[in-house]
Amino acid sequence: MFGNFDFQAIVRGWHALIFEGLAFTLEVTFLAMIGGTILGTVFAMMRLSSTKPLAWFAGAYVNLLRSVPLVMVIFWFYFMAPYIGAWIIGAERPVQVGAFASALITFILFEACYYCEIMRAGIQSIPAGQANAGYALGFSYWQLMRLVILPQAFRNMLPVLLTQTIVLFQDVSLVYIISLPDFVTIASKIAQRDNRLVEMYLFVAVVYFALCLALSYVVRRLRARLTIIR
Amino acid sequence: MEKDEKTGEKAPPMILLDKVGKFYGNFRVLSECSTQVAKGEVVVVCGPSGSGKSTLIKCVNGLEPFQEGEILVNGVSVGAASTDLPKLRSHVGMVFQNFELFPHMTILENLTIAQTKVIKRDKAEAEQRAAELLHRVGLHIHATRYPGQLSGGQQQRVAIARALAMDPICMLFDEPTSALDPEMISEVLDVMTELAQDGMTMMCVTHEMGFAKRVAHRVAFIDQGQIVEDVSKDEFFDHPRSERAAQFLSRILHH
Ligand SMILES: Nc1ncnc2c1ncn2[C@@H]1O[C@H](COP(=O)(O)OP(=O)(O)OP(=O)(O)O)[C@@H](O)[C@H]1O
Ligand SMILES: [Mg+2]
Repeated sequence: MFGNFDFQAIVRGWHALIFEGLAFTLEVTFLAMIGGTILGTVFAMMRLSSTKPLAWFAGAYVNLLRSVPLVMVIFWFYFMAPYIGAWIIGAERPVQVGAFASALITFILFEACYYCEIMRAGIQSIPAGQANAGYALGFSYWQLMRLVILPQAFRNMLPVLLTQTIVLFQDVSLVYIISLPDFVTIASKIAQRDNRLVEMYLFVAVVYFALCLALSYVVRRLRARLTIIR
Repeated sequence: MEKDEKTGEKAPPMILLDKVGKFYGNFRVLSECSTQVAKGEVVVVCGPSGSGKSTLIKCVNGLEPFQEGEILVNGVSVGAASTDLPKLRSHVGMVFQNFELFPHMTILENLTIAQTKVIKRDKAEAEQRAAELLHRVGLHIHATRYPGQLSGGQQQRVAIARALAMDPICMLFDEPTSALDPEMISEVLDVMTELAQDGMTMMCVTHEMGFAKRVAHRVAFIDQGQIVEDVSKDEFFDHPRSERAAQFLSRILHH
């Protein structure tokens, strides 16, 4: 199998792989991380809200999405999005939602569930006395969250949020199902065209491994730095 | 801090509790609690652990909702649905057992954040006020540090300064010294004593009977959610009327 390993196959293909495939994957990862964290934080506040319907809705949403395989969600959302979009804006015909937008929205909606649970734990880890102190100074709920609770929760949870982002980074490869040009998809196209499966997938694995290793190193450094604060 | 000139006239009380009752679920924590704190008066609230002191004092600025009775702070009803609670709280200072400084902000930011965000002072004015107060509690050199870098006693003095930065009309204290090591208690009590002597209206939950003897005008004793004694300081220490208060006093004074 390794007998005719052709290193040249990688040399020929790496430019497209990195600057198209990997760039795409990183872009989706980054945007989904930002969107997912924001949406997840909103869901976390809803889950912890004393307004029962809000808490119920967020809880149901999180538990439902977490029980469905991501690849199914990507697939179904891709086919449903034009109809959902039409329903939201009240259009007659299905609206055009590109594969990229569809995938990005899916990742944001899906990852928000995980970021929600992380942020929920983060918010709950802040002692109740902090909220009392904020309220006693005259803060509104939103000021309390924005100025006191969320900055601390976010800081405490940063390592876990980034660990979840590593998972997200790996999950982005699932967009092959709707034929988006992510890192793995491009690699497999080249692999089939040149009949160089081993070389391509080995290269992909090495890059994934290196990036995840680098990110976990960052996470570990952060963990060490952030623990001094309190 | 402006000094309140004591006039001889009978003014309406700064804090008025009228038959306050509160439940946690089915559990009754407070029943028929009535007391008042006049402008410039210092009232010490004491009682055994679990008697409801923290709950009572948190009701005063609406941190805990209550189901029965009424609380008026400077004439404003705390329990009324129409009351703007953030506004009311912004001029009622509160100091907690565990300091509750914001650990992600510097000492200076702890003192300015509510000034700029709640009462909309501009930054320079807020920092000026913060600096004054840090001077007053003797901690101005620590302005750029974080709470975690200060001792407990220093943190509590910062917490008092943080409350004072809002120019409160009265101050609430919930066991401000009971989380402190013994050698730090007096530095906090000194700040509180000075505050009382400057004429601040204060409601203090504390077991520091020395402090009560020195600065309190009245003492309210709570047991099992009821105010069983609410008398002048001298009367409380010299002739406690209820047996429970007498027992409490003998236990706390003789050890
Ligand atoms: N959130 C809560 N839910 C249910 N019960 C509570 C809650 N908070 C306090 N209690 C109960 O209410 C009673 C009064 O509590 P509180 O904290 O006011 O007492 P305390 O006098 O301040 O006591 P300590 O001296 O220990 O601070 C206690 O029996 C306590 O167990
Ligand atoms: Mg208490």
